[in-house]
Amino acid sequence: MELKDKLVSSFMAFEDLIDIDSPVHDIRTEAIKTFETKGFPTKRLEAWKYTSLNSILKPNYSVFPKHENALEYGDVKQYFIHDIDSYKIIFVDGKYSSHLSQTTHEGIDVCLMSAALSKPKYRLVIDNYFNKIAGKDSLSSLNTAFSAEGAYIHIPKNKVVDKPIQILHFSTGNESALMLQPRNLVVVDENSHVQIIERHQSLTENPVLNNSVTEIYANKRAIVDYYKIQNDRQTASLIDNTFINQKQESVAKVHTFSFGGKLTRNNLNFFQNGERIDSTMKGITIIGDKQHVDHNTLVHHIEPNCESHQDYKGIFDDKATGVFNGKVVVEKEAQKTNAFQANNNILISDKASINTKPQLEIFADDVKCSHGCTIGQLDDSAMFYLRSRGIPEKEAKALLMFAFSNNVLDSVKIPEIKSRITKIIAKKLGVNIGFDL
Amino acid sequence: MLKINDLHASVDDKAILRGINLHVKPGEVHAIMGPNGSGKSTLASVIAGKEEYDVDEGEILLEGENIDELGPDERAHKGVFLSFQYPVEIPGVSVTNFMKTAINETRKAKGLEDMPANEMLKMIREKAELLEIDRKFLSRSLNEGFSGGEKKRNEIFQMAMLEPKLAILDETDSGLDIDALRIVANGVNKLKSKDNAVIVITHYQRLLDYIVPDYVHVLHNGRIVKSGSKELAHELEAKGYDWIKEEVNA
Repeated sequence: MELKDKLVSSFMAFEDLIDIDSPVHDIRTEAIKTFETKGFPTKRLEAWKYTSLNSILKPNYSVFPKHENALEYGDVKQYFIHDIDSYKIIFVDGKYSSHLSQTTHEGIDVCLMSAALSKPKYRLVIDNYFNKIAGKDSLSSLNTAFSAEGAYIHIPKNKVVDKPIQILHFSTGNESALMLQPRNLVVVDENSHVQIIERHQSLTENPVLNNSVTEIYANKRAIVDYYKIQNDRQTASLIDNTFINQKQESVAKVHTFSFGGKLTRNNLNFFQNGERIDSTMKGITIIGDKQHVDHNTLVHHIEPNCESHQDYKGIFDDKATGVFNGKVVVEKEAQKTNAFQANNNILISDKASINTKPQLEIFADDVKCSHGCTIGQLDDSAMFYLRSRGIPEKEAKALLMFAFSNNVLDSVKIPEIKSRITKIIAKKLGVNIGFDL
Repeated sequence: MLKINDLHASVDDKAILRGINLHVKPGEVHAIMGPNGSGKSTLASVIAGKEEYDVDEGEILLEGENIDELGPDERAHKGVFLSFQYPVEIPGVSVTNFMKTAINETRKAKGLEDMPANEMLKMIREKAELLEIDRKFLSRSLNEGFSGGEKKRNEIFQMAMLEPKLAILDETDSGLDIDALRIVANGVNKLKSKDNAVIVITHYQRLLDYIVPDYVHVLHNGRIVKSGSKELAHELEAKGYDWIKEEVNA
């Protein structure tokens, strides 16, 4: 059976597992219909022109988790940013792992989507925010239809969350192939500040497909700092659909570090519903083999005096392929918008490729919008210069690549993330040099 | 120290060096002068191992060992240093970290441990002082936005850090005002010893007032056409290069 049919027919079985009297059930039912009508996106769609899902739709995925699987912290510690104190919301094969997690209800809610969807005290937040900005595209709809578990984070107003929140989704390989639909909701109220780290990690070579949806609401003057670490095995794929709704004077930053996985598609969408909003999205992609990473960003400037900053760096080796599709829409009312977009790429091998496409739709007349994309190779004269000082070829290359992507790390506010990323980069480039540049 | 025998080199099949012979002993300073396009910078790059040049004939021996097949990094490990005429700007890599990497990679190649951080800092401080380099300068991105003088001082700072056996200064004087020239020359002179050697490549005699050569060679059309003592540099300064060309052609 094709994956699409399997998913649609599994929906009834899924309904047996959940509370169908829940107010979100109508949303789910609607969503499965949307998915059934639209099906998986194909390359015929403009937004999917350079990314084909065919190869990752083939495995015979289990489409919702059946077993509970225990993991010991010691076995998976390496996937955490473990040298900082943090709240943790951890899932194993789609099921919440209470003993790996560290949640809280003290002043803030850092807990589970399943709880939020079922308990009356969360009802108001769910009614106001759940599925309000998630897309109606087929993949987001698919996730919505099966949305049952994920992280639920609600920060009431005037709170600076004392430590970062880590959301980790592990897959253990207990199923021969597993498809997961993680669903996260993050609501940050007025004047509050939160830092979140998200990671999907497969622990075996069994195929995994994560189709994740995260809705983030940054209310008035809220600050949301979000880090996505994508360094999964080459049998794991991720479709990350993130939707961020910003209110007046809020600041939202998303850093995406893509180093692993078979196919990674990031659909990152910012909606600016208020004045003087700042949206930042930055990314470093370093991949090789036949890996594929696709960044598909949207910033929707709706009101005046807002800013958006995009800076994506990509380094592609072997037969790796990259896509950057950055869309910026500036509505007629959004005067004095400052929108910047940069996408710089280095191709290490002749067989690697990158498709980069800026898309600006500007309806206002008093704005500053810029975009620039470059595709190049490592500079020979710089290589000679470094090598003439005794730095071997491999290390010199690594140093230049690191320097190339370095400014993306400048805005990372958690030093331990910065040092972890530099270590992953060094490992990825096969060198053992400190990059505290 | 360095022995170059009948060296022929070309780039994209265009012959540039056409039979260079040069013998540099420890403790010596050699100046290589010559008109534009005579092959001075090519010679420097070929000794340092720049890969776009092809060595067609001849050999370069460093302390008796043929270094032809060695990459630029391996030559650096053996003590060759080239001060670039146009140092490359490397945004995102600070001077300090570049130096740390260079020194520790060189030590690694020699089977040594990384230099302890405090020792490294002390060395950086001392050598920066020697070249009158401000501490703030060291945390800036390598050569990015440096003035001509800052770039050259930074080159000699690197030389001071790496303590090479053979230093080749390629047009280090170009773009320097007199104060910067004095600082750079003073740095080079302080680093000179009976165990190391310096090749100064220059178009003008000016630098040689400060770094006094034991031998002066004139390069023309890819060959050393005349060698002499430091007086030859004065003669070239007074009379230009035309008389040499005439002598060669005669």
